[in-house]
Amino acid sequence: MALQITQSCVNCWACVDVCPNDAIYQETPHFLIDDGKCTECLGDHSVPQCAAICPIEMAIVNELGEFLNPPGSLTGIPIEKLKEFGLWREAA
Amino acid sequence: MELPVISNNAPAAEGGGCSSSGCGTAPDALGHLPDHIRAKVQDHPCYSEEAHHYFARMHVAVAPACNIQCNYCNRKYDCSNESRPGVVSELLTPDQAIKKVLAVAAEIPQMTVLGIAGPGDPLANPGRTFETFEQLSERAPDIKLCVSTNGLNLPQYVDRIAQHNIDHVTITINCVDPEVGAKIYPWIHWENKRITGVEGARILIEQQQKGLQMLTDRGILVKVNSVLIPGVNDEHLKEVSKIVKAKGAFLHNVMPLIAEPEHGTYYGIMEQPEPTPEQLQDLQDACAGDMAMMRHCRQCRADAVGLLGEDRGDEFTLDKIDVMDVDYEAAMVRRKVVHDEILEKLDAKRGIVKPKAEGIPEGSRPVLMAVAGKNGVVAEHFGHAKEFLIYEASPEGVRFISHRKTELYCGGMDSCGDGDVVEAGATESLLDRNIRVLEGCEVVLCSKVGYEPWAKLEAAGIAPNGEHAMEPIEDAVMAVYKEIAATGKLLPAAESLKVA
Repeated sequence: MALQITQSCVNCWACVDVCPNDAIYQETPHFLIDDGKCTECLGDHSVPQCAAICPIEMAIVNELGEFLNPPGSLTGIPIEKLKEFGLWREAA
Repeated sequence: MELPVISNNAPAAEGGGCSSSGCGTAPDALGHLPDHIRAKVQDHPCYSEEAHHYFARMHVAVAPACNIQCNYCNRKYDCSNESRPGVVSELLTPDQAIKKVLAVAAEIPQMTVLGIAGPGDPLANPGRTFETFEQLSERAPDIKLCVSTNGLNLPQYVDRIAQHNIDHVTITINCVDPEVGAKIYPWIHWENKRITGVEGARILIEQQQKGLQMLTDRGILVKVNSVLIPGVNDEHLKEVSKIVKAKGAFLHNVMPLIAEPEHGTYYGIMEQPEPTPEQLQDLQDACAGDMAMMRHCRQCRADAVGLLGEDRGDEFTLDKIDVMDVDYEAAMVRRKVVHDEILEKLDAKRGIVKPKAEGIPEGSRPVLMAVAGKNGVVAEHFGHAKEFLIYEASPEGVRFISHRKTELYCGGMDSCGDGDVVEAGATESLLDRNIRVLEGCEVVLCSKVGYEPWAKLEAAGIAPNGEHAMEPIEDAVMAVYKEIAATGKLLPAAESLKVA
């Protein structure tokens, strides 16, 4: 099991510093998670750290492609507004 | 340790609360600080209004990560055309940052300060931040170091800050009440969890206040930045000002919220209003009774280079620095000479008596004037001014109020000569916009004004004045104020007649 980073990533480095497994590495066009190292923080923390600090909605997904921070969950901007500004996606 | 707080109320000094040079309160105010503290701020452009005319600073963008979300910030920070906090073009590693600082400090010998301000939170990037400071203090020990932070990680790093001789710290404190904070900060990352709402704000506020106290206890100078968000924290900031003063912060910088929908921030998209210049000034004045207010902040980018109000970052991109041939030792010697010369000039100016409001009848109302100024004198053509300095003249004297940014409507032949035809309509609307920027001002002082803007300014009730070119700003403002006073227009009776 491993999490993945999507194209929404803005390369802010926040997840790199909090990952307990050093699983996140710099890549172009955005950071990636080494699925051989990622444990989704099981045994280390109660929640995956990358998803707990990531400031960007839709940037981290699980193996099912589900957003750990879905649209509107971090900023509180209502879905209608996100759609109006082209900031909404249904799936990764 | 109790740090002395600068007062904005010029003491017994004659002529009220203004100075003869640059803008506003600082030279007087700094005069009241013990020498060791004055020495720390007199060449720091972000701490001293006077210094910002002469000394330059730069920020290096080595700190991308952040541990909180603010409703006025969007973490998609990569943009070259915007000038506002949190925006940078090029992230740097500590090694690249050092190379850049040394190149800039060689090219711009007025440079005294290196700050790390983001684009995230420097203390959420402790490795990159402290490595940069450490390397620079070895290679250019004459450059002052400073850091800006949201305060969440501050208590944990106060000792390292002290150890690296970082003697200027800016904390952004927008509230001291978690209920207010919950409207500004949707979440924080704390002890391996994302904490939302009032609880997140409560922890952040607690850490900020604790960090502030720890810094001032160690004699480190603290400036507090607050973002004025109308309807959210406007009244509350008066309380913030009192509290941070009591904890020993020596300067409070209240900045206007920037909230444009195209920035993609929560406040921008939700159409949260920005404060008007009047709202900002009223609040700064209200807080000024409690502590010294900073009014010359330009809300610069996290990779700004040069004097406040100008940005020379484009001259120092990584590819350009790579081909620069820099003699570091010679540059440091040259900086010393340049810094000493400026300080000598400032010392000489400190003794100059400010223009007095003699002959102004008591009860005369104050007048706001906009000045196209540079280096403390009325210097710029109306159409070339990138910003106007706003001064208030009153029977108390002249004081600096704020700066207001403009859009250039005339770039001269340089920008028009390459085939870009500026349409008449577009030119005109920029001029109209500039005139709107001057709302509330009755006079605009500049070196020259063209015929078209002259007529439009007059029509808008703003008297253009090009008669004081190259004169010290405060002398010019006072001279014009006296002329208006002589017409009797400033007395309440004249006002009521005018209304009738």
